[in-house]
Amino acid sequence: MKLRWSALLQWETLLVFLLVATFLMGSSIAESFLTGTNLSLATADLMEKGIMALGLTLVIIAGEIDLSVASVAGLSSAILGWLVDRGAPLGAAIAAALLAGALCGLFNGLLVARVGLPSLVVTLGTLALFRGLAFVVLGDRAVSEFPLGFTEFGFNNVPGTLIPWPAVVFTVLAVLAFLVLHRSWIGRQIYAIGNNAEAARFSGVDVDRIKIGLFVTSGMLAALAGVVFTARFASARPDNLLGFELDVVTAVLLGGVSIFGGRGTLIGVVLGLFLIGALRNSLGLADVGAEEQSIVIGTLLIVSVMGTNALRGMQERAARRRPAAPIEGGGRS
Amino acid sequence: MPDSTATAPEPLDAPVLDRPRPRTARLLDVVGRVREVGIALALGLLVLVVAIQEPRFVRPGNIEEILLSVSILSIVAVGQTLVVLTRNIDLSVGSIVGVSAFVCADTMRGSPDLPIPLILILGILIGAGLGVVNGFLVTVGRVPAIVVTLGTLYIFRGVDFVIAEGDQVNAADVPDGFLDLATARVLGIPSLILFAVVIVAVASYGLRRWRSGRELYAIGSNPDAARLVGVPSGRLVFGAFVICGALAGLAGVLWAARFGTVDARAGSGLELAVVAAVVVGGVNIFGGSGTAYGAALGAILLGTIENALSILKLNPFWLQAIQGAVIIAAVTVDALITRRLQRALRKARRRA
Repeated sequence: MKLRWSALLQWETLLVFLLVATFLMGSSIAESFLTGTNLSLATADLMEKGIMALGLTLVIIAGEIDLSVASVAGLSSAILGWLVDRGAPLGAAIAAALLAGALCGLFNGLLVARVGLPSLVVTLGTLALFRGLAFVVLGDRAVSEFPLGFTEFGFNNVPGTLIPWPAVVFTVLAVLAFLVLHRSWIGRQIYAIGNNAEAARFSGVDVDRIKIGLFVTSGMLAALAGVVFTARFASARPDNLLGFELDVVTAVLLGGVSIFGGRGTLIGVVLGLFLIGALRNSLGLADVGAEEQSIVIGTLLIVSVMGTNALRGMQERAARRRPAAPIEGGGRS
Repeated sequence: MPDSTATAPEPLDAPVLDRPRPRTARLLDVVGRVREVGIALALGLLVLVVAIQEPRFVRPGNIEEILLSVSILSIVAVGQTLVVLTRNIDLSVGSIVGVSAFVCADTMRGSPDLPIPLILILGILIGAGLGVVNGFLVTVGRVPAIVVTLGTLYIFRGVDFVIAEGDQVNAADVPDGFLDLATARVLGIPSLILFAVVIVAVASYGLRRWRSGRELYAIGSNPDAARLVGVPSGRLVFGAFVICGALAGLAGVLWAARFGTVDARAGSGLELAVVAAVVVGGVNIFGGSGTAYGAALGAILLGTIENALSILKLNPFWLQAIQGAVIIAAVTVDALITRRLQRALRKARRRA
């Protein structure tokens, strides 16, 4: 197949260029940027946001939003810490934390799909509710006594490589999410719902059930992110991952997912995620504070949505200019 | 079918907004009023229950304390109401409050002789300027408001940190006249509360009586229809963002005056409380219905719950969870009432 210019006009292509540019900038800012240790640490730092972004991507493509992800992760961390502190076996504590995440997602999903409330308001409410519950569970304490194997999973790399264990978890989940979204009937139904929920309903898609399932998925992934974070810092605190929802939403939108649903790819989101990570890391190496870095991230977010809008316009115009392909073997008169 | 052809088409030049409004619109109005009465009732019940447990709760001093603590929130919530009515949202208000609070406090420290009205105007102008950025990106840039203001939430806060350079303004550094802006009493009422009352009153009146106020509802109910009948949507949405920014700017000055101590973190996370107040106050997040005094009532309800928790010496950790639950309860009740009413209406129509 001949390479078309329109293929280069993909948002993902632009993200790759931006990512390369950021890497060039990073290595010119600080020699330590392009070292294995730094990249390994920076990647590990990004994995909780990445795991949450996978679930959120599915939710946003289906035309909804989940602002409660970081609070679910905080609640999961608090439950994990509370149980381990009471002498529960680690496996059971992790299972309970994940189950709590699934229940949080179910709560969001039922309110959105069954009661018919706007997900923006529901998850804004549960953002406060779940974070509040995290404080109720753990008070203002922090639990930092965990079995050695758990914290080693958080600190260490895969033996003989520079790949942190959390990155392995993220990669497996990202591949799974890719298969679900881009290679399965569920994925096609998710896009259909995001494009036009009514039309999807009339063509036999069980919109409510899929939406509930997506919120449950998002909740469980967020809870897993909370577990990973707890392992990496060997600390369960009720305010863990506070405010992470902003970076997660930004990564998804920067990746080219439309806030109105129906458009976007998982590859774009992963690129967006690493773009944010590389930017924050290289700016951090240049002694730019976290809050000042946010100026760049915020600008990038707005510009990226303007960019995807402009690109879409160009693609549509290009499509209109191209003459319609002749129907081959057309026997109709 | 013959029914629809029987009614003569109305003349095109009839003032569209004065036509008898369709049933659903009136229905929404009823629900809206039910909402504000509902919040008032919930508030009354809460006050009653807590007062029985702890009479200190209803002492004038404590009531004043509650109103003081929600005044700034109410002012920002009124601005947010204007934006939400048009089916948009402004998540950057907390950051605007922060920039305005720091710049104004810093200015007062640098030049203590500056007349107080000037510093008020400075804060309002800063807020309006940042509101212009939001409004421009939404109306001209055609970027969804939630994306724009999520971005400017980051950007404005970052700018605040750049301006502050890790510095902090203390109450001792600014003249007393500036602190009086929030604490001075007029007719026995703290001026901060008066600011909030005046703004809520003007906004409520304007939304009801002024043409542009009514048009904000029209945009939110049906953006395409509003444009078709000649409502200048772009200009009004832009205006809503500018006013919302200006009110957040004013709230920033008052924040600095009330607390005296200001660093670059002032107002962080305020956007969540503001959106919560607006939603609890019965403003539809998809635009088209709600009132400014409803938003203020929402703010008062949330502030009263916070105060009640501390006065009853309940575990303060429950506060955030309860606030979240209140938001969800409010919108759930809303949805259920609307559904019930719609079903009743449909039944009535079938009988007719």
